[in-house]
Amino acid sequence: MTTRSTSTANKDPKKHTKSQRTVITGGTVVSQGKESVADVAIADGVIVEVGSGLQGDIALDAKGCYVSSGFVDLHTHLREPGREEAETIETGSRAAALGGYTAVVAMPNTDPAQDSVAVVEFVRRTGQRAGLCDVFPSGCITIGRLGEQLAPFAQLAKSGVHLFTDDGNGVQDPLLMRRALEYARDLNIVLAQHCEVSRLTEGAVMHEGACCSHMGVPGWPALAEELMVYRDIELVRLTGAPMHFLHLTTAGSVELVRQAKRDGLPVTAEVTPHHLSLIDENLLGFDPLFKVNPPLRTKDDIAALVEGVRDGTIDAVATDHAPHADHTKQMPLEQAPPGMLGLQTALAVTNTVIGLSPTQVVELFSVNPARIAGIADQHGRPIAVGEPAHIAVWDLSSTSEVSRNDMVSKSRNTPYHGMTVKGRIRHTVFGGEIVVHEGKAQK
Amino acid sequence: MKHLLSTHDLSRTDIESLLNVADHMAEINQRPVPKVPALRGKTVASVFFEDSTRTRLSFETAAKRLSADVMTFSASSSSVNKGESIRDTIETLSAMGVDAFIVRHRSSGVPLAVTSWTSASVINAGDGWHQHPTQALLDAYTITRERKAGNDLHGVRVAIVGDVKHSRVARSTTHVLTSLGATVTLVAPSTLLPNDVTAQAATATTNFDEVIEHCDVLYMLRMQKERMDHALVPDIAEYCDRFALTPARAQRLAPGALLMHPGPMNRGVEMQVDPNDVAQSRILTQVTNGIAVRMAVLFSLLGSGSASNLSKGNE
Repeated sequence: MTTRSTSTANKDPKKHTKSQRTVITGGTVVSQGKESVADVAIADGVIVEVGSGLQGDIALDAKGCYVSSGFVDLHTHLREPGREEAETIETGSRAAALGGYTAVVAMPNTDPAQDSVAVVEFVRRTGQRAGLCDVFPSGCITIGRLGEQLAPFAQLAKSGVHLFTDDGNGVQDPLLMRRALEYARDLNIVLAQHCEVSRLTEGAVMHEGACCSHMGVPGWPALAEELMVYRDIELVRLTGAPMHFLHLTTAGSVELVRQAKRDGLPVTAEVTPHHLSLIDENLLGFDPLFKVNPPLRTKDDIAALVEGVRDGTIDAVATDHAPHADHTKQMPLEQAPPGMLGLQTALAVTNTVIGLSPTQVVELFSVNPARIAGIADQHGRPIAVGEPAHIAVWDLSSTSEVSRNDMVSKSRNTPYHGMTVKGRIRHTVFGGEIVVHEGKAQK
Repeated sequence: MKHLLSTHDLSRTDIESLLNVADHMAEINQRPVPKVPALRGKTVASVFFEDSTRTRLSFETAAKRLSADVMTFSASSSSVNKGESIRDTIETLSAMGVDAFIVRHRSSGVPLAVTSWTSASVINAGDGWHQHPTQALLDAYTITRERKAGNDLHGVRVAIVGDVKHSRVARSTTHVLTSLGATVTLVAPSTLLPNDVTAQAATATTNFDEVIEHCDVLYMLRMQKERMDHALVPDIAEYCDRFALTPARAQRLAPGALLMHPGPMNRGVEMQVDPNDVAQSRILTQVTNGIAVRMAVLFSLLGSGSASNLSKGNE
């Protein structure tokens, strides 16, 4: 396995094949809480050697960078099937690879929704065909995400679905939610809630506070999220089934989850890069690019979310990558759909606003989300011999300016256009294949 | 000044200078032939995505008295119903040659968005619950001219009564009047007050009877019947009991106070008294002044030279 090819053509990472030996050289490996300078050799999709001075057919320069397990996004909207004008599984997977992700959990609010084996199989296989990252479809909690009838959890679980959510909608009916948790308990799956009491957010456009009052638009009160977080924590206490809280945004929610964890309840939580970096005041210019659900909150909420990340109340950073075609984002603020791109900018934006240690990056972007998604046997693994070669090579110090034109999604709705960020994804290796090289997608 | 989108874009000096220009326009409106060539050759498009009669007619009359050509677009009879986007509508009209768009839309922020799709001036004629700056200016004009004490409103107590939360008029008028020194009290049930009153530099009360004798201006807002459907007030009778202007309450108005309303009035709801029977009413004066103020805004955005020359030159 140590034969070196002398052909210069083969040294081109764009021309490599899976069976060749690729060596990631000169980087700092971040794995299991430790950092060490080492080369990582990969062949046939697995890590075959970790050490110094390793040789191979292809060298992937990682000097000045960290080398870790690939990132896992718990919260990606790929839009296919149904909204292919905004994103496809292939374009979304490409954005994911450029963001250092080797696995994404595809949200179920497609059309048709991911509430049947046929649809989740379609999503999974389309992801495999794209071959840029693993696409793990989530399943709906209720048929059509309508909050009325439970989706076939067991059938979906049998076809590999682990995370179930009606994301985009919270499950409003407390009886149905209780039954869902009870039914889920012995299936080894996790229910994930989009916490929003919809009666309190009818017509809402942005955080309810001084800004929305000034702008004359309907507000989305923090209470609408916190009420459901509270209800579901108590349902977890009652049923014993695990629950994951999607995109938490308020100081009150963080405190509720902190207390639930102290009580030993099986709950986990995620935060998005945009809720850590943007606030309601960003909407003062009525730009629908900043409209997102749940909405951007306040500086005090950001401080509480950052503290939640620091003390482990929040387990993962998840993107809520939500592509929307330009023409829909040019509608009036009140009519424009909520959501923003996230995959390509997640690491850099999060690092820029809160500052991350390399180990924190690995925990928040890879190990914890892999565990929550139920894919810890394949992703978020140590960098060690025999492990699958899902690897991200990144740094936290190089600066660049975000441009909407660099977005490879079908849509361009990033709120960060023109922002200078710190940190970048240099290479991404998925299943031993170099899918991103020097920040460029290879397929 | 290129656009008029929000009263928050206006300094106190801007407001006073618009009011002073409106004096010249009011003089023109008094003439036997109330028309001057100030905007001859300019095209003004009134683009109303939300139904309106009085504001549209007021703007169009103002534009015609300045000799501008007026292009009229209304959503109900247009391509909006065929799915055309606002952007396409604006770009299409813009391509026909428009110097100013007068825009009304039921969603807050639309006039601001329009500025990025055209090089023409944009005047906000009311957007959602957000702003209605010409209404605020005509209210300030009416109060200052009725009081005949210049543009300053220090010490003047204004009570704005009704559905403040959903009112672009309240948002804009409160801001302009407080900019000129007035003190504004918002009077409404708590469900119809904005969630942050201090953001509007005003105080609030739920007790109408406590303020009615102590205000120099009583400004009644239209109460929309659909508010009853959203648990904002129990029923219309209870609302009227607490917040309508009844004949008894009208009796308690100070003799020198001004009664105002942005129209259209809901007789039998917030207006249980006939304003024609209330000597303090300036509701029709507001309408008359609206023309002069909108002429002043159009002239300030599109005209050249000074307004005083304009009124002298045509005498």
